Amino acid sequence: MSPAHRLPGGGRIDRKRPVRFGFDGVEYEGFAGDTLASALLANGVDGVWRSLYRDRPRGVFAAGADDPNTLVQVERPGSASEPMLRATTVELVDGLVATSLRGKGRLETRADTSRFDHRYTHVDVLVVGGGPAGIAAAVAAGRTGARVLLVDEGAELGGSLRSMPEVRLDGRPGWAWIEARTAETSRHPETRILTRATALGLYDHGWATVAQRLHGPVEGRLWHVRAKRVVLATGALERPVAFRGNDRPGVMLASAARTYVERFAVAPGERAVVFTTNDTGYDAALSLARAGIDVAAVVDARTAPAAVTVARARDAHIPVHTGALVAAATGDDRVVSVAVRTADGMVARIPCDLLAVSGGWNPAIHLWSHVRGTTCWDEAIQAFVPDQPAGPIEAAGALTGSFSTGDAIRQGFAAGVRAAALAGFEERWTSVAPEITTRAMPVAGRDEAQPPLTDVVAGEPPIGAVEPLFVVPAADGAWDELYVDLERDATVADVHRAVGAGLRSVEHIKRYTTIGTASDQGRTSGVIASAVAAELLGSPMSEAGLTTFRPPYIPASFAQLAGRDRGALSDPVRTTAIQPWHLAHGAPMENVGQWHRPWYFPLDGESIDEAVLRETRAVRGSVGVMDASTLGKIDLQGPDVGVFLDRIYTNRFSTLKVGSCRYGLMCRADGMVFDDGVTSRIADDRFHMTTTTGNAAAVLDWLEEWLQTEWPELRVRATSVTEQWATVAVVGPRSRDVVAAVCPGLDVSREAFPFMTWREAEVAGVPGRVFRISFSGELAYELNVGWSDGRRVWEAVMAAGAPFGITPYGTESMHVLRAEKGYPIIGQDTDGTVTPQDLGMDWIVAPKPFIGSRSHQRSDTARPDRKQFVGLLPVDPDALLPEGAQLVTGSSLGAAPPVPMLGHVTSSYHSAALGRTFALAMLKGGRDRIGEVVHAPLGDRVIAATVTSSVLFDPENARRDGEPEAVA
Amino acid sequence: MLLIPCPWCGPRAEIEFRYGGQAHVAYPADPETVDDAAWADYVFMRDNPKGPFAERWVHAAGCRRWFNVVRDTLTNEVSAWYPAGAPRPGAAAS
Repeated sequence: MSPAHRLPGGGRIDRKRPVRFGFDGVEYEGFAGDTLASALLANGVDGVWRSLYRDRPRGVFAAGADDPNTLVQVERPGSASEPMLRATTVELVDGLVATSLRGKGRLETRADTSRFDHRYTHVDVLVVGGGPAGIAAAVAAGRTGARVLLVDEGAELGGSLRSMPEVRLDGRPGWAWIEARTAETSRHPETRILTRATALGLYDHGWATVAQRLHGPVEGRLWHVRAKRVVLATGALERPVAFRGNDRPGVMLASAARTYVERFAVAPGERAVVFTTNDTGYDAALSLARAGIDVAAVVDARTAPAAVTVARARDAHIPVHTGALVAAATGDDRVVSVAVRTADGMVARIPCDLLAVSGGWNPAIHLWSHVRGTTCWDEAIQAFVPDQPAGPIEAAGALTGSFSTGDAIRQGFAAGVRAAALAGFEERWTSVAPEITTRAMPVAGRDEAQPPLTDVVAGEPPIGAVEPLFVVPAADGAWDELYVDLERDATVADVHRAVGAGLRSVEHIKRYTTIGTASDQGRTSGVIASAVAAELLGSPMSEAGLTTFRPPYIPASFAQLAGRDRGALSDPVRTTAIQPWHLAHGAPMENVGQWHRPWYFPLDGESIDEAVLRETRAVRGSVGVMDASTLGKIDLQGPDVGVFLDRIYTNRFSTLKVGSCRYGLMCRADGMVFDDGVTSRIADDRFHMTTTTGNAAAVLDWLEEWLQTEWPELRVRATSVTEQWATVAVVGPRSRDVVAAVCPGLDVSREAFPFMTWREAEVAGVPGRVFRISFSGELAYELNVGWSDGRRVWEAVMAAGAPFGITPYGTESMHVLRAEKGYPIIGQDTDGTVTPQDLGMDWIVAPKPFIGSRSHQRSDTARPDRKQFVGLLPVDPDALLPEGAQLVTGSSLGAAPPVPMLGHVTSSYHSAALGRTFALAMLKGGRDRIGEVVHAPLGDRVIAATVTSSVLFDPENARRDGEPEAVA
Repeated sequence: MLLIPCPWCGPRAEIEFRYGGQAHVAYPADPETVDDAAWADYVFMRDNPKGPFAERWVHAAGCRRWFNVVRDTLTNEVSAWYPAGAPRPGAAAS
């Protein structure tokens, strides 16, 4: 059974391949080659969408991405549905299920499992648009041997030719020419053609992104194209006219009506009126008539269109009203008649169910404008056209505002030759454009006996004069049923309101009215909005201009942009060699940059607080072990490393003895602390630097920057060895016993192996370096071995520590232990506005030049009331201050805002060692406030805390050599 | 996405690089002797021209070398590229 509106013959659909699809719960049939929109029209479905704000029925308005009306949700069995697709761009496939939308789409809650790929390609010439101009350009460029990529959004090439059977090239139908040229490009080994591929954006230096739709397990491909030259042959988009009721289903762009007849063999109505400002409306009228549709009238806004044009319609017995306007379309769910105001002021009502409208043609300048190519207003065609290109770009075809097929092909050939030449490829033989004729074809059943009547000479502007007409005022002077932006439900009245509110720029009017902000990006509305505003403001169109075009040209799904970079592949996860042990022992992970680090090691359902209290108690009471492999490590070699480090760190390293370690602080040129860590001297010309986990790459970059750009004379090489050394920190008063057991050849006595030294040693049978450094204040050793030996050494330490109840601990306990000692974490306690002096670390700032030293003398950096690093003890020893809490004085409590902020909490924990909560903070003039009480207002409560020194535990550093009884 | 000419690796996509701001802002030879204004100039002040601008880039995901590029800030046209430490081409003549 053939659907009622399907024409018996013609079209580019494959009638041998019927396709079943569902729409709003009803099953329909279409053909391969249909879009959802053409299949719905063929089945007589008028209302596809209900508009966003006014809930008006909307039908198919255009035949491509410019359609503002046919938003549907496409359901995919077993997978996430896709909201807000345009029925005019959804290719019909068997089993497709779509639902109409009221207003917005429905966001899918299931994970989108669709797969998309990214591809990168470099070409000599990228041609965007596969109409006559683009095909000609690709052929011409391909003949030179240049690498050519031609992309077109359609399922097949041809552009406007797909809907123009009357145009003959070299005496043959346009299709034959397209096939011949496509066949020729297939013999160019460096030419590739992508269909269903929409250029989303054009960017600097010949960069373009192209979204290609595929039907298969991979749904699409995002091409990243770098082209030496770009030929834009993006064509032109027809625009409508705003009149009362211009949003009714059955009102359609004239070119779309023609496309549905010629390409999809669908009759978009039974009785049509064509309303036009230019000659192309006549082409549509003749297409409809040929298809057997009763064309009741051509309403031509021009008072004196070319006689030859009018004759084409009248010869087909189509009445033509010149100097006439369609003032209104009436009907509820579908147009039933239009009111035509004739030149003499009479209003006639013409019954019809299809009103095909052509208000003129806007060159598709979107990509041209993405890269800031300039545009100007062309009075002759009443549209904005490309002016000066920006970047390696040529324009050809209808994009230039020249609308004949002959011009398109000639311009395309020339642009292709020029682009290839500028890309370094010479033309090998002369390109010859075909001979083009446009012939008025007889209308079936009416003029079969008559010979073709009119030959239009190639090169003549085929759209004739264009009447400057954007709006037809309603008889009663009301503007609010004259739609400008159908997707946004915005009307001429909205533009009036915007201008009345004082807005002058089309950019502001766009934001005020929302015209052009919907997913169709105002393809059919932008120029009309500018025209209405220009008239109200009394300014010419050239001055009013257009709003800015930005990528993407059509909506792009996040899945497509992400490609395979999702889930586990969205960002690398770095783990240490010991990670499997941590996971096996139930440690939850904390993200530290890209690293996954064990957060804590809960026993028997412990909470994090319980686990951390147990872990920290074990470390301070006996011995704990932590995986410190993620510490940034940089191997520095060369005779000038010492001198270099003296400039990088605030303290001196050139004097450090081989075998010793030193804690260092580095600043940016502005004097603010950038990183810290312990650096050890391995040999006269070799140092081992450690950095904070999250800053390792930044520190290496920092060293490289200074070595390369300021001090290239220094003989220093810096190499990241973070992932070469696994680091096991053995911490606590019994750590000496454990390390002695693991490193039997190492003299671990206090005298032989003092604090802040390192020794080479065999560690659990493998070569390693042992550093006696501490990030907890306890006696501690950091065992460094080859990465692949990390887990074996960890397990050896666990075994050796078993008699002492050795306790693995994670990042949370590490934070508590260091905070009790007032050791700052750069990037948590500091934020890029903190000097070493602010941290109370004047002792580490040597009187010598280093990066940032000069900044410490600046008056602002030396102010006494800067925020300083202090400790806080909540008055209630169980109250835990939230990190980030703002601190104020007591007198500020309850005062009218704004009250002065004294500072903020940077770290806050429960402490087993202190038997209470504590915090670290940056506080204005903090060191002079020690003993004062400050307050953290937290909305429903206030926590008061006493200011203390930042060092809350073991201020005498009595524990770093171990407890006396633990020292054998 | 810019196409940036690395003097060592040739033209590569912008994602491989990191920007380093204005070029030819030398670290003062003896920072301790410059006055506050000159030091602030070095630390905080950079040109922001509309037009050709000599700027630093580092090929972070490539050879990891720093170099200089003259780029037009309006059109993004790159007119010169040269290793760090080399003078800006044509600068001596103007």
